[in-house]
Amino acid sequence: MPTTATRAPLVAIAGNPNTGKTTLFNALTGKQAKVANYPGITVDRTEGPGRLPSGAPVRLLDVPGSYSLSARSEEERISLAAIAGLGPLERPEVVVVVLDATQLSRNLYMAMQVMELGLPVVLALTMVDTLADKQHKIDVEAMSAALGVPCVEVTASKKAGLDDLMAAVEGALEHEAGPPVPWVLPVELAERVAPIELALPAAWDPAGPRAQALALWALLSLDEDDEHEAIEPGLRAEVERVRAAAEADGLNLEQEIIAWRYRFIDAAEPSFNAARETRVHERSDGLDKLLLHPLFGFAIFLACMTVVFQALFAWADPMIGWVEGAVGALATFTASVMPDGLVEDLLVDGLIGGVGAVVVFLPQILLLFLFIGIMEDTGYMSRVAFIMDRVMRSVGLHGRAFVPMLSSFACAVPAIMATRTMERRRDKLLTMMVVPLMTCSARLPVYTLLIAVLVPVGTGGPWTQGLLMAALYVFSTVLALIVAGVLSKTVIRGPKVPLILEMPPYRRPHWPSILRMLRQRATVFLRDAGSVILVAAIIIWALLEFPRTPNSERDFAGERQAIEAQLVADADGAADENGLTGTDGATNESGAAADQAGASAADSERLDMPMAALEEALVDLERDETAAQLENSYGGRIGRMLEPVIEPLGFDWKMGIGLVGAFAAREVFVGTMGVIYGIGEDADEGSPMLRDKLRNEQRPDGTKAYTPLVCLSLLVFFALACQCMSTVAMVGRETASWRWPTFLVVYTFALAWLASFVVYQGGQLLGFT
Amino acid sequence: MHPLADLQPDTPARLHSLDGDRSFQRRLMELGFLPGTAVRMIRRVPLGGLIELEVRCCRVTLRLSEARQVQVTTP
Repeated sequence: MPTTATRAPLVAIAGNPNTGKTTLFNALTGKQAKVANYPGITVDRTEGPGRLPSGAPVRLLDVPGSYSLSARSEEERISLAAIAGLGPLERPEVVVVVLDATQLSRNLYMAMQVMELGLPVVLALTMVDTLADKQHKIDVEAMSAALGVPCVEVTASKKAGLDDLMAAVEGALEHEAGPPVPWVLPVELAERVAPIELALPAAWDPAGPRAQALALWALLSLDEDDEHEAIEPGLRAEVERVRAAAEADGLNLEQEIIAWRYRFIDAAEPSFNAARETRVHERSDGLDKLLLHPLFGFAIFLACMTVVFQALFAWADPMIGWVEGAVGALATFTASVMPDGLVEDLLVDGLIGGVGAVVVFLPQILLLFLFIGIMEDTGYMSRVAFIMDRVMRSVGLHGRAFVPMLSSFACAVPAIMATRTMERRRDKLLTMMVVPLMTCSARLPVYTLLIAVLVPVGTGGPWTQGLLMAALYVFSTVLALIVAGVLSKTVIRGPKVPLILEMPPYRRPHWPSILRMLRQRATVFLRDAGSVILVAAIIIWALLEFPRTPNSERDFAGERQAIEAQLVADADGAADENGLTGTDGATNESGAAADQAGASAADSERLDMPMAALEEALVDLERDETAAQLENSYGGRIGRMLEPVIEPLGFDWKMGIGLVGAFAAREVFVGTMGVIYGIGEDADEGSPMLRDKLRNEQRPDGTKAYTPLVCLSLLVFFALACQCMSTVAMVGRETASWRWPTFLVVYTFALAWLASFVVYQGGQLLGFT
Repeated sequence: MHPLADLQPDTPARLHSLDGDRSFQRRLMELGFLPGTAVRMIRRVPLGGLIELEVRCCRVTLRLSEARQVQVTTP
């Protein structure tokens, strides 16, 4: 393990949200930042290399933005932990606090908390250009003097002030600790807080001014209904005792401490910020009159969401086509250069197929995050939460959950990634648990096939098929909202959190930052979720592929030999008769054969008939063999084993195999059914052959297998069950646990089984078939 | 003294006292919503049950139900 002496110094960059903190981080680190997770929780930890003016390297850390270091959950505590170096986290040598010049006093509040920890601090003042239009200046030298730490103006988007900032960081690195802060806790408060300092865990290294800062943090973070999981009971008890003692004396400690900091700000700020009023919101006000208008605002919001929806559905489609085309070409090429055999199959169908299953998600992920990036950067995302708060709150969801919910109509995988835009773990979890219920595009091939089997074109009303499809959309959406409501009151219960939402002024999006975010999201997806999806894809492929022995009375090898022998004999005969050297002519029903002299053409036509039929027989034989192999594969056996479980839903074991295959991805159901029914794996939902096969399929007792009721039951099952290993893998990655993906699978399958049971058994009781 | 939720636009007002959950009070105070601080009502969205306020140059949205837990004084 490298010691701190051999590693470049760590410089943390902290600040309020919407201050341009990440833009600054990006400008300082170039393109080499790496995203990882903080241990145990799913908050991104972004670190990148930077250079000091002397040429010495530093490591820059992008600390998640927050208004205060106080925290009511483990996720929020990461800001303190990363800055103060608590637990396993490395303590930074210098902290750069980014301050939005247009909202300076609120930004200074957090800067004060950081400075109280006793670390060397450099202040970076952003958004100064927004002020400059108003002949409003902040005197950075006076600010440095008033606060006792270096202060630098930066405009990260124009790369201005970056050298000065790094020079200030280099200067700060020469100090072990920051200077004593010029605001001192009143004696009466300090005495009350002192017992908490003694109760701090030794692992937090509570020494010097740091002890008081951490004690103040504890007092402002621990209470009756916080969501901290890793706080020592001794500390919690001491905080509660101190707070109760103060309350008994009529003292509100929290208010006293917060007011103490703001008193300093109010006293010091006029010396460096002459005009504390800013007009930065005025430009946004006009826009907000429109965008937050009860009627027009909602209409514009719906229009924006329609664009997002359309993009994920229609625009992503050609890109998905390219990805699939490229993967297909790679597979074809690999197959052409490799000898036939097991290794080739493993490589082509298993590995390349599995990689295809991963990268196929990239277009939709990138498009969704492009829109999210634009909405976050411009400030519109806060308005989305504003507009959707009431609707989403009624079922316990966060207003921001609307974007993931909407995008899950296209695909649940990017939607689950998008739950990151919510800060609270509970909000993220609740959204992740219901997003897989929405009708994603992978269900469409299955729906199309089953609806076509259920309502053949030309039967029913002219709108029956479309109405059924629409009904499935409504059904899934309503059910997702109901489930959200139920889960938010049971499994994912949590204290009701008041909405305190900042409305940042509208700003132009910063494209380099958005592009970099897209690249990071793609990397994180490929690295973390992609590996799990790849392994799962190969496992499911292997389940359906092995053992490769058809468990059948039929002697496929013998039959094949017989047909091939006959083919060769016939071809020889034809070649002899026509004087042809090859067997190609045998399959030519027109073209070359038609050019032959009349009598000869008639001869060859007569001879072609049985040969074409023979070749067809050979293809049929191969399909039958594949079907028999599938039946006998491990997946097929699982399908058969499932029969007693799925029989009450009206499903037979063949559908069971289809359900096993569908866990790779729902649309695989169609191809699997194609193989089982001997049509070949290239069958799609539009194949008339597959539709007819399903319509005519009979059970052993001679009744139809795909009765309308069975189709309906299957549709309901597909609507509800989370048959998607990619979604499960994504939930696993985003919750950093096995518990939640397991819960998701169990509850959706239980729900699907129950709903299908009600449909099938209830339908039968009512006399439907 | 009125609840913050009843504030009219362009009525100068100062925060008087906060009520409600401890974390709600703390969050608001850390954003500068301290007793004595000037507050301005920007807009109310009755349909959404929300109210937007300005304190110390910051725009913050609250639910009306929660804004009833904050008292303001108007001259």
